[in-house]
Amino acid sequence: MIRRAFSILMLLFFTLPAFAVEPEEMLADPLLETRAQSLDEVIRCVQCQSENIASSNADWAKDARLMVRQLLLDGRGDQEIMQFFVERYGERVLMTPQLNGSNLILWIAGPLMLLLSLGGIFLYSRKSKPSGSVNLSAAEEARLKELLDE
Amino acid sequence: MYIELGHLSLILALPVALAQMILPMIGAQRNDAVLMRVAAPAALMQFLLITLSFLALTWGFVTSDFSLQLVTINSHSAKPMLYKISGVWGNHEGSVLLWALILALFGAAAVVFGKDLPDRLRARVLSVQGAVGLAFLAFIIFTSNPFLRLEFPPLNGQGLNPLLQDPGLAFHPPFLYLGYVGLSMAFSFAVAALLEGRVDAAWARWVRPWTLAAWIFLTIGIALGSWWAYYELGWGGFWFWDPVENASFMPWLVATALLHSAIVVEKRETLKSWTILLAILAFGFSLMGTFIVRSGVLTSVHAFANDPERGMFILIILALFMGGALTLFAARAHVMESKGVFALVSRESGLVLNNVLLVVSAFVVFVGTIWPVVSELAFDRPLSVGAPFFNTAFTPFILGLALFLPIGAMFSWKRAKAGRVVKTLALAGLVAVSAAILLWAMQTDRSALGPVGLFCGLWIFLGSVTELWQRAGRKPARLLRLPGADWGKFISHAGFGVVIFGIAGLVAWEEEDIRIAQIGETFDVGAFSVTLEAVEEVQGPNYFATQGRLRVERDGELIEVLHPERRRYPVAGMPTTEAGISNGLMRDIYLVVGDAQAGGGYTVRSHIKPFANWIWGGAIFMALGGFFSLFDRRLRVAAGKRSGAAKPTGAQV
Repeated sequence: MIRRAFSILMLLFFTLPAFAVEPEEMLADPLLETRAQSLDEVIRCVQCQSENIASSNADWAKDARLMVRQLLLDGRGDQEIMQFFVERYGERVLMTPQLNGSNLILWIAGPLMLLLSLGGIFLYSRKSKPSGSVNLSAAEEARLKELLDE
Repeated sequence: MYIELGHLSLILALPVALAQMILPMIGAQRNDAVLMRVAAPAALMQFLLITLSFLALTWGFVTSDFSLQLVTINSHSAKPMLYKISGVWGNHEGSVLLWALILALFGAAAVVFGKDLPDRLRARVLSVQGAVGLAFLAFIIFTSNPFLRLEFPPLNGQGLNPLLQDPGLAFHPPFLYLGYVGLSMAFSFAVAALLEGRVDAAWARWVRPWTLAAWIFLTIGIALGSWWAYYELGWGGFWFWDPVENASFMPWLVATALLHSAIVVEKRETLKSWTILLAILAFGFSLMGTFIVRSGVLTSVHAFANDPERGMFILIILALFMGGALTLFAARAHVMESKGVFALVSRESGLVLNNVLLVVSAFVVFVGTIWPVVSELAFDRPLSVGAPFFNTAFTPFILGLALFLPIGAMFSWKRAKAGRVVKTLALAGLVAVSAAILLWAMQTDRSALGPVGLFCGLWIFLGSVTELWQRAGRKPARLLRLPGADWGKFISHAGFGVVIFGIAGLVAWEEEDIRIAQIGETFDVGAFSVTLEAVEEVQGPNYFATQGRLRVERDGELIEVLHPERRRYPVAGMPTTEAGISNGLMRDIYLVVGDAQAGGGYTVRSHIKPFANWIWGGAIFMALGGFFSLFDRRLRVAAGKRSGAAKPTGAQV
């Protein structure tokens, strides 16, 4: 469920359709081809630098695209196909790090930092509140007058 | 001969920077006016020397002097003049020299525009600036000397990477560096303030124009880079989350936060130590970016020249400056006493939230960028972190920012009435929500990103309009008399809305078509029909190209004839793709012609990219808003030009 929510989120935001796929590589079945193209997006071209096989023109990427399509025709599932690539080329072959083990640190770093900073601000503001004085500076006084006049 | 002069003046700049670092600092410590006065001429002299050296190198490139190793490796006599010049910074050594030049430029600018600064503060600022200059001059001279000669000069050079032979490259790095390096001013001011033990509204007013200028350049630089990638890399992506892009994006995010928190220091004299910390971090991310680009620790499509020794040197610079500044911060931050207190619902809180979201999103980018290294070293688990991670992990924070922006921007200082703000913004919110729902209902089977983006874009835009209208007291005549800062805020925020909408529109509604087309064949893409009229071989100044001629029509009416190319550069032996793009306000038509097929015909990729230009247009608006703020009279006063005394100002931002 969570995985599904994630993939939907990814589809919703920014997935750039970027195709180096050649017309003759494409599958006749449009449904399978759509699946193939979304797999192309998440499989990295190991010969290139930070490019997925969908956008790369390298030979390796071409072979990988053909392999993805062959596996789809064999009736394999998306997860199975990704696993197929991971077994042969290591986790490097995925554009997105898997959501397990040490990678959890990567995924929760942002939300955790947000919670920590909000919590920190809350504690800090509670601590520093009593010492606050309400003396208005000249500028504030002027602004207050301006506001009251409005 | 002139090469040796350039080399010599580069070496001479080193002791000048040393003097600029040490003498004024001692002077400021001892209150010795004579020593402090060394700072200004030293900064000017450093600028002069590095300029001479840079000119000498440029002359070497312009005249194709292949006795220079750098010119041989990176230039070629057949290259057009523009790329001979831009080739100066299209390589490691030259680009670091440009870095040092811009650093010295900012130092000199601080001398020229900082005449009104208190002597001690100015001496300390220039001294820190000198220290940064010293570090980078040493880096150039000891690891990346651009003036090395060849004993036996070849007849011709090896040429510049064809991807980089583009007007976009000519301007992208200088702007980026003006931004990166401009943040060194904020850093210098922060360190100087820590040494002084004093931060007040006046300090914030001196810092803000520098930060603003750096931010403007950084914004333009990033937009140029994104635009260049869009038309040059051949498939119309505008952002890749490549380590080097991230390297420029992280300082941008932190600088944006800094801009906003400096306003709080200026208006309310609170959040002082936080602002100092941001100023240090912003430059830290600049150095980090330089490290990422120059060390090659992270693989990247940008990887130019890099080797471990250079990476280590920059890492040491980074460690020294960040370690030093942060230690100083830890020791002295408590001295910064906040004056203003504020309620939970107030402009200050809104800006704190802005800061938290921006810094957290910068942190996400940071963690994602370095994770491959961490994971491999610490967990023995080599992997890559690509665009899908960043899209998922980064976007929520920016959406949060977009949601809160119009509300926070309308809160008054100190204590705001949430109810009143909500009421004022109700119309804007209602229009944005209805438009999004309408769009949602109209489009079937499409990404939700379109409506979400439309809502965010409209919400920010209309919210900004509402705010400007309120500031003018709802009287049109008073709109023009509003201070530049109000207009700047409006234009920048509205531009941000435009960027969000552009990205969402492009991603959600793009249409593409890939096929093998025969000469003369017509096919439909979206509402347009495309005809492949011809494919010809043409010759450019230093390349050969296969050029397609494609006619784009809509309802039988000619839109444009496009000429996408595949270029081959014989010197570099490398092909590039030049897309044929018909630019429009509402859409770009983006055509790429590929290889000839065995069975006849050519691969043709056609993309309809809705609102693509809004992305860069919005970014330009953001930068333009920065200019309006920069030329606000009140900041000009602060920046040192005497044009009337600063008067107390109200709650403008």
